[in-house]
Amino acid sequence: MQEKDIYSELSSIRNLMERSTKFISLSGLSGIMAGVYALAGAFLGYKTVYGGYNTLSYRSNYINEPQILWQLSLIAALVLVLSLVTGIWLTIRQARKKGEKFWNPVSKRLLVNMAVPLFTGGFFILILILRGDYAIVASASLIFYGLALIAGSHYTLSDVKWLGFCEIILGLVAALLPGYGIVFWTIGFGILHILYGSIMHFKYKQ
Amino acid sequence: MKISLESFDKAFENRLRLQIMSVLVANDYYDFNALKELLNATDGNLASHLKALEKEEYITVNKSFIGRKPNTQYAASAKGIHAFKKHLEALENLIKQQKR
Repeated sequence: MQEKDIYSELSSIRNLMERSTKFISLSGLSGIMAGVYALAGAFLGYKTVYGGYNTLSYRSNYINEPQILWQLSLIAALVLVLSLVTGIWLTIRQARKKGEKFWNPVSKRLLVNMAVPLFTGGFFILILILRGDYAIVASASLIFYGLALIAGSHYTLSDVKWLGFCEIILGLVAALLPGYGIVFWTIGFGILHILYGSIMHFKYKQ
Repeated sequence: MKISLESFDKAFENRLRLQIMSVLVANDYYDFNALKELLNATDGNLASHLKALEKEEYITVNKSFIGRKPNTQYAASAKGIHAFKKHLEALENLIKQQKR
């Protein structure tokens, strides 16, 4: 056996072990787009609550008015759906480019592992809203999202784990400073996503 | 050059078999169709090599049904994992020897 053969054998083993346990077709671009949607959503949300025509006046609306609450929920849902659709579409495209199947055991495991903290957080936030505890909604969404990322990071590129830690830290700080929810939400879902997406995009040269 | 080949596992002489084993060692279990896609193998080829590994007791097979479709899951046995590690060590030693 030639030395070259052994090296290629070993690298093929390593490649297979990695490919069979990690879903690597996540697109950096989808992170950037999710960040952009979040920024746009935060801006719209801010406008809804604070009016924004006259910066010297007090906020023109409060979150606990049902109509405002509906508008904010609609914006949030729109951001979520847009991010998901873009993310899935770009991931399928990326997987096709790499010759990897989008729906395989690894992506299944990735989704299942993320779903547990994600749905727990989703219901928790829904309960918070129904009970009128708006102060820590932003904090809770950041923390649970961070936990979901860390849970999923075992099945994809490890960079996702660091994004998860950043989101959790941000969520905890947000819990300390209630009332600034939108600021932390914008940083966590907007700026961090764009930052992370750009890093991924250039690191893995897509 | 003289290289001791006894530590090489005959069961892993085939490339596909070694590849199957790598996937099963890295995962708790893997099903037939997923293996087929990942390794780009044909049904018959994959099945015959899985049979060979099963005969060596390097892997365990678990057949079940999802709805009406049969679903066969494979997992590496302790014996298989041990043999796989031994084989990798042998490859490593070979590289070390040749560097000398």
